[in-house]
Amino acid sequence: MAQDRPTASELLAAIADLLREEVTPVLDKADPRLAFQMRVAANSLAILEREARLGPAADARERGRLVMLLGHDGSLDDLNRELARQLRSGERDERDAALMTHLEATIADKIAIANPKWR
Amino acid sequence: MAVHAGSEADQVAAALAGAAGRHFARPAAIERLKRESGGASRQTWSFDALVDGKRHGLILRRDPPTTAKAGAGSSTALDRATEFRVLAAAHKGGVRAPLVLFELTPQDGLGEGFVMQRVDGTAIARKLLRDPPYETARTMIAGQLGEILARIHAVDLGDLPPLVHREAADHIAGMRRALDALSQPQPVFELALSWLDRRRPPPSAKPLLVHGDYRTGNYLADEGGVTAILDWEGAHLGDPVEDLGWLCVKSWRFGAVDKPAGGFGSREELWRAYERAGGATVDPARAHWWEVFGTVRWGIICHQQAWRHLSGAVKSMELASIGRRAVETEVDLLQLLKEKA
Repeated sequence: MAQDRPTASELLAAIADLLREEVTPVLDKADPRLAFQMRVAANSLAILEREARLGPAADARERGRLVMLLGHDGSLDDLNRELARQLRSGERDERDAALMTHLEATIADKIAIANPKWR
Repeated sequence: MAVHAGSEADQVAAALAGAAGRHFARPAAIERLKRESGGASRQTWSFDALVDGKRHGLILRRDPPTTAKAGAGSSTALDRATEFRVLAAAHKGGVRAPLVLFELTPQDGLGEGFVMQRVDGTAIARKLLRDPPYETARTMIAGQLGEILARIHAVDLGDLPPLVHREAADHIAGMRRALDALSQPQPVFELALSWLDRRRPPPSAKPLLVHGDYRTGNYLADEGGVTAILDWEGAHLGDPVEDLGWLCVKSWRFGAVDKPAGGFGSREELWRAYERAGGATVDPARAHWWEVFGTVRWGIICHQQAWRHLSGAVKSMELASIGRRAVETEVDLLQLLKEKA
């Protein structure tokens, strides 16, 4: 059964805003070390907010590409394990265009969640 | 973590009074004692020792007794006694490094550690890269880092304690072992390590002292530029170009992405300063190899930091969150591999 609103993403965004805008300024004066930790926490909540919103579709796309690339079905973890093994053994390398397209797309989706400002 | 900070500080102050008194052969009063950084293990404390009315600004580096052997970071990190000797050798070789004064003894009850002179400056990259007082320093730091690195690589090996010798192949094997110890498969890091393995530079003709963690964030600088190189616990013998590559890893530019030399200049600026100060001529391909390697290394360190929390060794939201930074290096690796594929 679906949960009532706020969605996970909406609730996480609200908590992150509270911590960043109201809690951190107070901590800056009271306990700078804890204020730093609070900034890290607020930033982590922003990551979770993006993950709640974008993660499921990104995982599905990644699994779909891996199935095509490796030629069989499997869980996301199993497929990545097989790809990692192939890359270590040298069965595949950066000259494989389909591989590189897959990795570029996967990492683009990951960074869009973890740190969209990274360049 | 900070619950007993008061009582811990009192204990440290009392023990330091004894140790400093022994070193100066006069009674020493300890003032302005302050914990600078570090977790439960491998701590840095700043303090003043007042001896015969003269104030000595000092730094204590120590592994507290209970955690001294707990393996706080990587298993390859130097212990404090070796770090003390490396710092002494570097200082003797004219490197801008803190002057080490004396080591702790077991009777001090502070664990393993030593005391060195405090050097002025900040290590905070954000300040050095953006704050007005450092405007002039910003134009000088890349060149200074090249000069100082040439001095580090010229340190007399005869002055050094026994250090592990690690070449490219050892580093690749170490990174693969580290990946195997993590719970998730990592295709991009595997791809990059195989890329590196196929292009591995031959072992350096003459292994030299490698700092091992030479980057922005690990040196102090003031308005005049770099004042001291810190964080020597990754020192080893090996290929000196390793340090040049690591300094240019994008994560150490702290947002100043168009200035590869630690956020302060071009690679060429860094290399020319290094060569002018006596460093060997830099082979760009070799430097690129070490920059790619350094990017893999930082990505895997991110996972290892998170793993310290995930394994239950330490409880730390801050360490846990570093795991989500690894993907930044995956972005950079795909870019780097495309440039020189």
